[in-house]
Amino acid sequence: MMEKMIFGRYVPAQSIIHRMDPRSKLILIFLFVCVVFIANNVYTYAALIIYTFAMILLSKVPVRFIIAGLKPVFLLVIFTLILHLFLTREGAIIFELGPITIYEEGLRQGIFISLRFFLLILMTSILTLTTTPIEITDGLETLLGPLKKVKFPVHELALMMSISLRFIPTLMGETDKIMKAQTARGVDFSGGPIKERVKAVIPLLIPLFVSSFKRAEELATAMEARGYRGGEGRTKYRQLSWRITDTMMLLLLAALSVILILLRT
Amino acid sequence: MDITLQNVEYRYQANTPFERLAIEDVSIDLPAGTFLALIGHTGSGKSTVLQHLNALIKPTKGTVKIGDTTITPNKKQKNLKHVRQRVGIVFQFPEHQLFEETVEKDICFGPMNFGVSEQEAKARARRAIQQVGLSEEILLKSPFELSGGQMRRVAIAGVLAMEPDVIVLDEPTAGLDPRGRQDIMNMFASLHQERNLSTVLVTHSMEDASRYADQIAIMHNGKVERKGTPAEIFSNPERLLELGLDVPEVVNLQHKLESAFGRKFAKTCLSMEDLAEEAMKLLKGGDSL
Ligand SMILES: Nc1ncnc2c1ncn2[C@@H]1O[C@H](COP(=O)(O)OP(=O)(O)O)[C@@H](O)[C@H]1O
Ligand SMILES: [Mg+2]
Repeated sequence: MMEKMIFGRYVPAQSIIHRMDPRSKLILIFLFVCVVFIANNVYTYAALIIYTFAMILLSKVPVRFIIAGLKPVFLLVIFTLILHLFLTREGAIIFELGPITIYEEGLRQGIFISLRFFLLILMTSILTLTTTPIEITDGLETLLGPLKKVKFPVHELALMMSISLRFIPTLMGETDKIMKAQTARGVDFSGGPIKERVKAVIPLLIPLFVSSFKRAEELATAMEARGYRGGEGRTKYRQLSWRITDTMMLLLLAALSVILILLRT
Repeated sequence: MDITLQNVEYRYQANTPFERLAIEDVSIDLPAGTFLALIGHTGSGKSTVLQHLNALIKPTKGTVKIGDTTITPNKKQKNLKHVRQRVGIVFQFPEHQLFEETVEKDICFGPMNFGVSEQEAKARARRAIQQVGLSEEILLKSPFELSGGQMRRVAIAGVLAMEPDVIVLDEPTAGLDPRGRQDIMNMFASLHQERNLSTVLVTHSMEDASRYADQIAIMHNGKVERKGTPAEIFSNPERLLELGLDVPEVVNLQHKLESAFGRKFAKTCLSMEDLAEEAMKLLKGGDSL
């Protein structure tokens, strides 16, 4: 029932993007978030779109799958678009019907901002789809390493993140199971009036909470039993290795920013 | 109520990179009153087959007929409640589905979803809790303060209270103590006879399969490898052993006796009493051993 969700899921494949160092992927995403804001006209956005789709192609994750998985996000994107359409009151009027007036600037900004939003989500999806949670955490922990000097709990943060990411699929599997069990007991999750549907959530949420708490407790016990005491003195099993492709990818992004700055108005 | 699966195939997460063929070409007949045992290794597709029995999932190929309702891959089914009411599923580890404040409320949840009045539901809860071997006092407790075994029984009572015509059990005794296993299996067996139910049981216990079932289907890699009566299935255990499955102790013993005596018994015995009798016959018969 929740089979199309793609958040927090890893699609194993052999691709350049998969093989990249998680550190370079994280840096890339971080920089991309900044670079996106350079774009301000049709050409720059076109360049961004081309770049993003090139990344998707390189990752070898089926486009159809990403699009299907992002359906819930489309709603949000469309909502952003509509908000801008109606709330911006600048530029020439291009459409007028009763109380509804749409301004040129509203249309422009609406499209650009929702596009920006959409591209950011696409890029982060590529990150999570091609990088295992463990890799993301390792990368993040190393990148944030210097912050340990100022007593920032880098290791704890990384651990929390990896645990959450790790348990998203488990939680979804559990949700699916409990939904099926309650459906068999006569709950209708898919249809009916809103009131009924809200009521249907209770038999789903309570078992989920109960099992999540139980799981958290078991996990804590298991970690303690295996001698976990935080990051202090802990050695690393997986070594990260920065390759030539990683540098190339960052250079590619640099090239993109140069192009954007040149095309920008 | 009759249930038929015809050449059913099911793929999890069809059309995604995670697509996974779980079962294919599965045909199973379940006329009213049958006791069918499904046997097979973990991952052989047993639970997937079960979910078709009350239309929790739609086959990706083939046809499922549940009473008068036909389910095919492309047909949209609106209201399946009447199907779900008549086919009760006890999932693996059903205690995970408990959520109400009291055991009574939780048992009444199913029946009331199907439009049974509160009064009637409470009466059913009382009957069901006794059927699963618990006392009525438990009805007022919170399900979360019970022991694992009690929770299991409460969850089973919740399905029994729906009073289904077909009861589907996915490893209902997994993780229980031997005594609890026997109690629960005996309860299902007597329920099957008294109410003239159809029962489908997924189990890893060959003993249970041979004792209670009148049909056995063996699943292997998503396909039905063999189907037949317990006597038919266990009469040539070589295939089972090849698949890495066990045979009941009695059958094992019979085979040992047969090779010790150097001759075949007249039939495959499924209980110790039977086997003793056959062995006696053979010995008394005085045919030179
Ligand atoms: N929700 C699911 N998503 C993806 N694959 C699944 C899911 N449930 C089961 N499978 C796969 O389908 C196959 C059959 O599983 P299942 O019917 O649960 O087997 P069994 O009950 O015999 O152990 C297995 O290979 C399993 O990995
Ligand atoms: Mg199973």
